[in-house]
Amino acid sequence: MNVLELHDVEARYGPVRALHGVSLEVGEGELVAVLGANGAGKTTTLRAVSGTVRRSGDIVFAGKKLSRRPEATARAGIAHVPEGRGTFSELSVWENLRLGAYARRANIKEEAQRVYKFFPRLEARRDQQAGTLSGGEQQMLALGRALMARPKLLLLDEPSLGLAPIVVTQIFEALARMKSDDGMSVLVVEQNASLALAYASRAYVLEVGTVVVEGTSDELRANESVRKSYLGY
Amino acid sequence: MFLYAFTWTEFAQQVAAGIREGAIYAGLALAIVIIYRFTRVINFAQGEMATFTTFIAWSLMNHGLSFWTAFPLVLAIAFAGGVAIERVVIRPVENAPVLTIVIITLGLALLLNGLMSVIWGGANRQFDGPFSTRTIDVGSVPVSVQDIGIVAVSVALVVLLALFFRFTKLGLALRAAAVNPESSRLVGIRVGWMLALGWGIAAVLGAVAGMMIAPVVFLDPNMMQTILLYAFAAAVLGGLESPIGAVVGGILLGVTITLLGRYVGFIGSTLKLPAALVLILVLLLARPGGLFGRVAVRRV
Repeated sequence: MNVLELHDVEARYGPVRALHGVSLEVGEGELVAVLGANGAGKTTTLRAVSGTVRRSGDIVFAGKKLSRRPEATARAGIAHVPEGRGTFSELSVWENLRLGAYARRANIKEEAQRVYKFFPRLEARRDQQAGTLSGGEQQMLALGRALMARPKLLLLDEPSLGLAPIVVTQIFEALARMKSDDGMSVLVVEQNASLALAYASRAYVLEVGTVVVEGTSDELRANESVRKSYLGY
Repeated sequence: MFLYAFTWTEFAQQVAAGIREGAIYAGLALAIVIIYRFTRVINFAQGEMATFTTFIAWSLMNHGLSFWTAFPLVLAIAFAGGVAIERVVIRPVENAPVLTIVIITLGLALLLNGLMSVIWGGANRQFDGPFSTRTIDVGSVPVSVQDIGIVAVSVALVVLLALFFRFTKLGLALRAAAVNPESSRLVGIRVGWMLALGWGIAAVLGAVAGMMIAPVVFLDPNMMQTILLYAFAAAVLGGLESPIGAVVGGILLGVTITLLGRYVGFIGSTLKLPAALVLILVLLLARPGGLFGRVAVRRV
């Protein structure tokens, strides 16, 4: 069953149209990647789902039509880790995690323990202001915050951006474990195509606001134009 | 420079009066800071909102309610009023430039002031406070019960507010919405309502300040105007974004101007306000962020 289905979704920033009818789907427990060059509409696709950009066209989430308001999509079970990570830099690490579980009733301490198991460094930095964390720690916090919501679907925007390769590997490994632990689905936007394809089961390639190629990771790796444009060999 | 005979007892009394004065500024300054943190807007209607709710208290007491019965009622009315003002007046211009919103709060102040004159008339009213004005000795310094009561209520309010913001889920959500509305929406916080809640809390703070100061001065529609200026000064002194700063700034300002007015002959009571503003100017030249102004630490 599909957790998420986009049917011919369009989105615009003021007069500028950023998505020209994107259709894609994410299955339950599946990790799907969205690839493409800068300005292809990858970030906008995620924003259309979470409701942080004006969009038209149907989005079906867990069998129901999805609201267009970000508060409502969050409450429905979608956690969006946006560009720039969207942590609360003025608040402490602990407060950030607490906010992650804002929309649900939960034992916050237990949930936080679960996050600390994935990212032990967050526990050590518990009372530190989030803005003072390193880039890698901030990305861990952003993921941890999303995890606190126990989302059905995680939207992840460029998790590798600006991070050291070793940290990137840590983060993707954690992501893979979270996915198998919770049966959570993930839609990830990534510049680093070979990295994304290594972890994703399927992927979509966007160009100027439309899907130009889609398929399993193996199919995409075998696709000549994808290889030339995005994998660089 | 000292034109009057100086005694330590009187000095202590003046300090006590200054602290009481400062507690009022602090309450209103806190209200200003809370709204500023949410909207980056200085609410010029804060003083009039406070006076308006004090008039409501006066009316309730005129109908036979005791002060402490009227008190919670007025706080509830103030809260609802603050929320309503945000929803009806501020919400439609939420995304307008800051100047637009500032002008609207100014207009709101004028509107409330006019309404008060229409409903209650412009004359001074005697407002009977909950505390007696007799003095008791605190370590050989005579202090009025009223002053002690005002300070105690203000302190209690500030402590409650701090606990609320620090330890409750809603308090955390309010802070989150103030610093990062975008991300707040992404965790499911209804940011619009948080803003309204902020206005409600600010209105409650103002109402308390109004009901505390009205027995000391007289109740009239312009009661809070000078006090609001001092409260602005206190908020700026504290760094405009810091609740603790607003409280410390308020007390500091209250004590300073009371002492200046009493002991520096040429200042007297007429030059108190300008003197206070000059002091603040000097302080801000030395510390542009205010006493508690925080420089955000961020690593990129």
